[in-house]
Formats: sequence, structure tokens, C-alpha cells
Amino acid sequence: MAKVTVDGIEVEVPNGATVLQACEAAGKEIPRFCYHERLSVAGNCRMCLVEVEKAPKPVASCAYPVADGMVVKTDSPMVRNARRGVMEFLLINHPLDCPICDQGGECDLQDQAVAYGMDKGRYAEAKRAVKDKYVGPLIKTIMNRCIHCTRCVRFASEVAGVPEMGATGRGEAMEIGTYVEKALTTELSGNLIDICPVGALTSRPYAFTSRPWELRKTDSIDVQDATGTNIRIDNRGPEVLRIVPRINDDVNEEWMADRGRFSFDGLKKQRLDRPWLRVDGKLRPASWADAFRALAARIRAAAPDRVGAIAGDLVDAESVFALKSLMHAIGSRNLDCRQDGAAIDATRRDFWLFNSTIAGIEEADALLIVGGDPRREAPVINARIRKRHVLGRFPIGRIGAAGVDLTYPHQHLGEGPAALRAMADGTHPFAEAFRAAKKPMVIVSRSALARPDGLHVLAAAWQVAASANALRPNWHGFNVLHQFGGQVGALELGFLPGREGKDIGAMLGGGVDVLWLLGADGIEPGAIAPSTFVIYQGHHGDRGAARADLILPGAAYTEKDATYVNTEGRAQRAWLAVHAPGEAREDWRIIRAAGEGLGIRLPFDDLAQLRARMSEAAPVLGGGFARRGCEDMAGPAGDPAAMSDAPFARGITQYHLADAIARASDVMAECARTYGEAPALAAAE
Amino acid sequence: MSFTLDRVARSFLLAELASGMWLTLKTMFKPRATINYPYEKSPLSPRFKGEHGLRRYPNGEERCIACKLCEAICPALAITIEAEPREDGSRRTTRYDIDMTKCIYCGMCEEACPVDAIVEGPNLEFATETREELIYNKERLLDNGDRWEAALSKRLELDAPYR
Repeated sequence: MAKVTVDGIEVEVPNGATVLQACEAAGKEIPRFCYHERLSVAGNCRMCLVEVEKAPKPVASCAYPVADGMVVKTDSPMVRNARRGVMEFLLINHPLDCPICDQGGECDLQDQAVAYGMDKGRYAEAKRAVKDKYVGPLIKTIMNRCIHCTRCVRFASEVAGVPEMGATGRGEAMEIGTYVEKALTTELSGNLIDICPVGALTSRPYAFTSRPWELRKTDSIDVQDATGTNIRIDNRGPEVLRIVPRINDDVNEEWMADRGRFSFDGLKKQRLDRPWLRVDGKLRPASWADAFRALAARIRAAAPDRVGAIAGDLVDAESVFALKSLMHAIGSRNLDCRQDGAAIDATRRDFWLFNSTIAGIEEADALLIVGGDPRREAPVINARIRKRHVLGRFPIGRIGAAGVDLTYPHQHLGEGPAALRAMADGTHPFAEAFRAAKKPMVIVSRSALARPDGLHVLAAAWQVAASANALRPNWHGFNVLHQFGGQVGALELGFLPGREGKDIGAMLGGGVDVLWLLGADGIEPGAIAPSTFVIYQGHHGDRGAARADLILPGAAYTEKDATYVNTEGRAQRAWLAVHAPGEAREDWRIIRAAGEGLGIRLPFDDLAQLRARMSEAAPVLGGGFARRGCEDMAGPAGDPAAMSDAPFARGITQYHLADAIARASDVMAECARTYGEAPALAAAE
Repeated sequence: MSFTLDRVARSFLLAELASGMWLTLKTMFKPRATINYPYEKSPLSPRFKGEHGLRRYPNGEERCIACKLCEAICPALAITIEAEPREDGSRRTTRYDIDMTKCIYCGMCEEACPVDAIVEGPNLEFATETREELIYNKERLLDNGDRWEAALSKRLELDAPYR
């Protein structure tokens, strides 16, 4: 530890810390542009100059290591003068077009120019002009405004792992861009907008739509992947205008994936905003009363064990719990939440959770990825893995489709279960490195479980973890990576076939007369037996609604107070930002009202009562999260020897079109075109 | 006693009436303070804040760039703006409404405007029969700007030395 005096305040910081960190520890604000906590130090903007006693000139605090007994002044006349000078130089080539700049109002340069700059410019000569670059359909560039802090270059090469941005030229001729004009091939490109301290990189879909002071901000959770990214929804009136990440070091640090950030325009399209009832083979608008009457008639007419429910990928825990309570009251045990057919052993939580936790990735020292493609399934978690890779000594093996670029080098062990079996036996060459590790991790993609022999794959992956001594009370190295924000919540609530209940295969194949789809869009409309009466409750006219006989319009994740559980099993709460359109209502209310129509009074009248009941049923949903070790080595049911030889699927291949909201979004469709993903299904009715 | 006598004498001699008539007579020869509005009008200061208008550049391009500073500063929340990129990529309003019944004519909007687009002109005669007519849209404001341009540029010019 080094003792440093900052403006008379004595602080102790670790050796090797920078002067800037010492100043922050002392509570002093240091202006900066190029310095960012999660990126490497560049030291090129010179805004963070401070005076260090006995140093002949001001030093750039972000790149200057502390020494014991150092005396730093952050507000001396010399510092103020130096900052004023730096700011004047930065503004020489800055266009000062704040009134038409989208960053205006939340711009670091604007704020710091007011706080540390001069009140007048002295520069009357011509400013340089730079041609705007194309870096993809999501980011708008106005390169005149660039101050060459190189945060974007460092983000692209360090965090996103796509070294496609860079600076060409020197001095006044320096330009930031992709060397060859192309769209950045990263799922994290939206973060460039956040880290750009000026308005050079701004959001293309959000261009010119609003000012930061007009927006109402609501904390929420991204449900479009299973990371559980903490987000802030900005709306003006009834319209969501943008979504930005919040900082949560345990989950998403401060990054966010593009699908969650940019697909919200899909929330305005293809919406179900009133009940629909199929009459004579055609869907016709109906009133809520008609809808509940038809629903009650159909459910009453069917035997209790001929009624079933399937929960989708984006559902909140509250509505899942409400539907489960209703189904139990009806007397049906036909529940399932695995519309992708993933074989999940629900006997223990750690068979389907990301047990090492996302932050735990940084502690791991060897990794085996089984199936899928974490880069497309959970870009933010993939960035964490890359962060761990950058720290070094982190062997990564992957079993799955060949030719997948994960943004970090890894050893491709094989395409199918054969390699997994070899890892479990210890006969694979990678097994040696894996077993030598102190904290090895196995990440099984949910897509690897969504196959007929999924349960055996799960057992084999568990065995690999067990053989590497990854299942210890102080380290749980077995992880399942889910794909969407609603999947784990439904598992936590046990939305699975009960005793003698039918699972999804039996329900689709004509095992039920009435099938209630709660936001389940992953089922091909043709897969449901024609005689089944399908109730679809959800927010988008996607695959599920196309087959439905009765549509109950629900609320999307921005439109309800809800609880979501991420792949780690961390329950997080989202708040209502805007109201659902038209006659659509919050899903748990619909279910409760439907129960009333059936003469069933569900034992909750408001959200608080529902949540109290829900956390009785599954305490983890009440909040609070603790990382847990492995107490029981016994693995899931399944026989590794029984695995077939079919190679593991790629998981999500169309990243930008992976869920109902994204499929309705124009911005995501544009991305899919740009990145050469096949077009979405023809839009449903 | 003398007080009562004085009062009685005064009222019998019509002293109050006479002094009143004297004042009337005096005023008859003074210049008039009132004007014959609407045929005559009093002069207005170049800083007078009347009806709003949106100005254009001499080439016909609208000045407003949708920065929304006027909307932000408006203490009466009378201005509503919506914006999006125009076809040529420039930042323009798709909607610029002023609720003239909310407006308190403080002139903050023109102070905030970085391009002298929104201005308050010399016109004060815009009374209407319905409230609806007092909710101005962009078209109406641009129209005002065009109609009053000569007066608007003159008043900006006259006020320039003091800014």
C-alpha cells in the first residue's frame, strides 16, 4: 500500500494504482475522456492532468503510478490552467454543433468544457472535416466530432474481441474507423455508443428522436437473453425510445447485447392489443368478456387431464406462477416450460443453473463449452469469458459445431458427444489440462440439451465436471447456459409436468383438448394437433398466435412489474415503464380473471399477495442471491454411454431474429440483412 | 362656527362645480393621451414580445434544427417538438407546436434558440374565437415567420448591439 496525499486528504491505495485512482479514493473528481475503468489505459486525451509535488510539469494521472508519500494537487492554478489549455486544444477541431448532436445533454465533452474550459474560444481559423464512416446499421458516426480518445478502438479489440476498429493517419490527419468499410461484426456494438465520450458514435435508430432531459427512466431487466442484463428503459409518453445498460458488476458489468438494446421498436409492431377469437376458422376481434366466456366453456368441456399449458421464453415469474396455480386449481398437471425440448433434470437446482456465476468466470482457470455458441446465446457472458481469457492462462475447449468464432482462441475438441465422452473418460488430450485446473468450468448450452439424448448429455457434462474435481463445496464448476430471460424463472417455479402429467411432446401430439400457450412462440404452428383448442396469451402476433383459437393480449417486459431469473438463478425485478397497448393487460391479471370465469378464485388479489405466495413456493424469487458450492456430487439421471453420435447444434444461429420481439423489429431485420442471416418467418396474422 | 359658515358659503356659491369645470376647460387645450385604436397604434419597442414565428434562411431553408432548447426552457411548457432525420439526413422537426394559451410571452424561447429560428414578433393582434385556433403548429409558425420577416430581422438588428 502507498500513502498518497490528495489535496490534503491522505488516502492509502495499493501499489501500482494510478494517481487517478488515488484521487478518486480521496473523493476528488478528475475529468477524463480516454480513461475508462474497464479498458486499458491510453493516456492520450491529457484531460486528467494533475500537479504532483516535485514533478516539473503536470502529469496525466490516469497513466501515472502512485508512489509512497506522493503529494497530489487536483485544483491548483497550474492544474486549472493545464486543463483549460487541453480543453482549448480538444475544441479546436470539434465542430461545436451541440444543438444538432444527439449526445447533447449527456456529453462528457460538453459537461467538462463548461466545468473546466474557458468561457470563450480564441480559435477563428478553419476546422478540419472528416468523412463519416459506415460501421454498421446500429451506429451512426459523425467523425467531425471525434476527439480521438480511442475508447472505441480499445473496446472493440479488448472487450468485444473484434479488432476491426483503428486509427489511420497521424496528428491532424488521424481518423478513427474500420480500415475497410464494413459493419462491425460484434453483438456488443451498442456499447460503443455508451463509451464514446462525445457525439461521434451515436445510436442510428435513436437519431434525433429526443433529448435526455425529456425521458422518464425506469429500471428493468433485459429478457432477450438469459444474462439478466440490468437495463434502464427510457420512455417519453407511451413510447419506449431507448434502452441502455445499468452497471451491475455481478451480472453485466456495464455492457449490453445489441438484441436487447435495439429490438424495442418491435414492441410497437405486430402487437396483440385486443382479444381475438376464432369463429368459423377465422380470427375475429372479441371483447374480454367474450374471450373469458369462450375460454371457460372450452376448459369446462374438457376433462382436467386434457387441459395443458406451455410457458414461453420471455415470460415473467409472476404470470408463470399464476398460470401454474390456475392449472392446479383446474386439476391439470400438464405443464411444461421447455418448448425447445431441452431435457432438464429438475430434481436439483444446480442441474440447470449457471452455478459458477457470471462473476465467477473470472476466477476459473479452465473452461469447457459443450454445444451451442455462447457468443450468440449470451454476448455479455461471452465478453466475461473473453475478459478472463485476456488475463491469461485459461485453456478453453469447445465441443460443438466447427468454425464458430467466439472472439477468443479456443481448442475445438470435436463436434459431437464422442468428444464429450472422451473428456469424461480422460482420454481426450484436452482432459489433462482441464483436470489440472484448480477451478475448471463446464458450460453446457441449453441447445445441447434440446435433443432426444439431452438428459444423457447433461449427465455426461456433469461427469466431466466431476472428473475434473470441479464439484466442490467451495467451487461449483457445472453450468447450464440458458437462452432467454424467462426460462429459468419457469424452472424455479416448477412449471413442469406433475405426477402423471403430460410433457410438451404429449401435449402437442393431441394429448390435450385445450392448450394454453403463455408466450410460447417457439413451437411450429403445424406441430400442434389440429383438434386442440389453442389459447395464446402473449404480446406479439408471432408463431404462437398464428395457430391460436383464442388470443389473450398480454404485456411485454417493458409493460409490467415483474420478476425475472437469469441463468445464474438470480431473481431480479423489473418495473413498468409504459402501459401495454390497447386492451392488453398484465399477464397475471388475465390469468386471475380467466380463473374467475371458471369459478376459481386464485388466492391473490394484487401483486404483493401474488409475490408473497410465489416466494413461498420458490424462496429464491423473493430476492437475495448467494453463490453456492456443490454439496452433492450425485449427478443427474442419464447415461453418458447412451448418447447418440449426432453433432451438437449451433444453438442460436440467427442472433438478431431469435425472439418474438426481435422478429417484429425493423432494426433487427436490417441487422439480419446486413449480417447475412436468413430472413425471418413470414409475419403471422 | 366659522367652519360651518365656510362650508355653507362654498356649497351655495358652487365652488366645487366651478373648480371641476376649470379642470375640464384646462384639459380641453392639452394634447390627447388616448389613440384611436385600431386606426391608430402606439409605437412598439423592438424588444416587444408578441406572436411567435419560425424564421427561414434567405435561401428558404427553415432555420429550426430541432435542438429542443426552447422546449426545455419554456417555463409554461407551451412548446412541443418532435424530430427525426429528414431525407437528406439533417435534423429537422416533424412537429413544432406552441400552445398560445399556455404561453406567458416571456421570450425565453428566443433567448435559448441558437439559430434565431423561434422569435416573438411585433404582432399582438391574434385574438381568435376558439381556443383551438390558438394552438399553433409548425406550418402556422413558419407562415408567421415569412409574413413578418422584414419586421423580425429589423428588430433583431436593432437589438443586436445590446447582446
